[in-house]
Amino acid sequence: MIVSRREEWLGRTLLVLLMLVTVLPFVSLFVTALHQPGTYPSGLSWPATPHWSNFADAFKAAHMGKLLWSSVIIVIGVVPISMLISTLAGFALGHLRPPGGRAVFIGFVLGLTLPFEGIIIPLYYQMRDFGLLNTRWAIILPLIGLYMPFAVFWMRAHFINMPEDISEAARIDGANTWQLFWRIHVPLSMPALSALAILLFLWTWNQFLLAVVLVSDPAQRTMAGALGAFQGQWGTDIPLLCAGSLLILTPTLIIFLVFQRRFVAALLQGSLKG
Amino acid sequence: MHKRSTVIQGRREEDAVARFTTESRRRALSARRLRRGGLALALMAPAVLAYVVFVIRPIVMTVQYSFYEWNGVTPSTWVGLANYVELFHNPELSGSIVHAFELIIFFSFVPVALGLFTANAIRGFATSRLAVVSRTVLFLPQIIPLVAAGIMWSWQMSTDGLVNQVLRLLGLGRVGRAWLGDFNTALPAVGVIGAWVLFGLCMLLLLAGMTKIDPALYEAARVDGAGPFREFFAITLPSLRQEIVVCLTVTVIAALASFDLVDNATRGGPGNSTLVPGLEIYYLAFFQREVGMASALAVALMVLVLAVVVPLQLINREGKS
Repeated sequence: MIVSRREEWLGRTLLVLLMLVTVLPFVSLFVTALHQPGTYPSGLSWPATPHWSNFADAFKAAHMGKLLWSSVIIVIGVVPISMLISTLAGFALGHLRPPGGRAVFIGFVLGLTLPFEGIIIPLYYQMRDFGLLNTRWAIILPLIGLYMPFAVFWMRAHFINMPEDISEAARIDGANTWQLFWRIHVPLSMPALSALAILLFLWTWNQFLLAVVLVSDPAQRTMAGALGAFQGQWGTDIPLLCAGSLLILTPTLIIFLVFQRRFVAALLQGSLKG
Repeated sequence: MHKRSTVIQGRREEDAVARFTTESRRRALSARRLRRGGLALALMAPAVLAYVVFVIRPIVMTVQYSFYEWNGVTPSTWVGLANYVELFHNPELSGSIVHAFELIIFFSFVPVALGLFTANAIRGFATSRLAVVSRTVLFLPQIIPLVAAGIMWSWQMSTDGLVNQVLRLLGLGRVGRAWLGDFNTALPAVGVIGAWVLFGLCMLLLLAGMTKIDPALYEAARVDGAGPFREFFAITLPSLRQEIVVCLTVTVIAALASFDLVDNATRGGPGNSTLVPGLEIYYLAFFQREVGMASALAVALMVLVLAVVVPLQLINREGKS
């Protein structure tokens, strides 16, 4: 490609500038977290004596151990089940293509753009009637339902693009549908499945609205929901709030940095298909 | 010559076989399809059940609630369309919808425009080290919870925050203020946070689209004497139709349905200057106990999202065919 020197330098400068804008708030958050608790430091200033103990204090004040555990339980409750039932449905819609499948598929597609606020009110009363309000089930069960449009859409798109020859060959070898699914299709779907797992994990971990409305005890919420409560409680102590926010960010940041390539690919594909 | 005749002969035989097999195959297929149909239904059942119980039923209920006046406890009274009429006449409610549309400018147009500009500027070295690192960095805002972005930025935009510090550094100290606390700047300031969150996703989507464009097109254009501007408008922009539509869809939904970010950055204030439908639904339903009114707003929000997204998708489909 023909690119002049000047164009390239312009591009590089712009990119570095944008990266700075992206990262500076994080840096500011970190630096502020090191100031003396209870003070109002200015945006970007290194403290005379860094108070590393703020992180330990915030960890204790926010009951971080409990929060982490709660989020993990919710993720374990949501992600595997969502993946299993959406893969089954995606296989049925994409590979078996039953009569009426198209109508079912359109039904799911219509839910793709649904804002969660649209159904939060009945969900509250429904959970109350089920007696599940203020339990983690109140987050887990609706999330499974809410993820179905995307997850089924995603898996169907994957199965529909699977070459028919593979299934034909397996059938000639005497595989029934069940074996075809578990032995052939699922192992071949690992890239699609892992991308879906990443997306569902991220959306669950960061889920805020359901956590705030349906669960009043922060210790039963997701990380994002707990952060909201933490702000309400410690909002006046800026360094401590910053330390707590950073701690709550850390798990996703670590997972992101470890799997970054997959994350970026999953999110890009995810939005392209959605 | 010899070769061709065997090919023709072979094809004839194939035809005969094909005619025979299509007949029996069709029968076998329809039998299999029936058997498969039952199995397929069974496989779809759990997903459909979860979807119906936790999405479809609540949608129907929201619509039903919207025709009643109900405080969530005592019996409700049917009010017909009164809640929807109120939606247009109450400035607080209609204002929240207007705010959502104002946010689209920041959430959608800024990231897409800036993303197009940046992606175009760096497409020449999209595989360089800097560009690869930038992928990770620019994605950070996408993976943190929006709550955290809200908290983080409400601190950056405070009187002594990073934003004002930078402004002072640039000699613009006089315009500095508590951006989220000022009636005139609070909504744009929330918009800037949204733009910060969504820019990386848009830029990378657009860049990925640009790398798929055939480089020969650009070379041909340069040979024909096209400048960078002609190149951008004649080649890049038309080739990116699908990616642009995707960016717009994702960001417009994020703007109309914003909740996490606004709740933690401003809680709708000061006054009602950053009140958005998501927040208003939450406050009305769970604090002011006006469930019917909140439901009407929720229905309006769902309809608005569809009204924006469906035309976008139709544009996309036109482009494909």
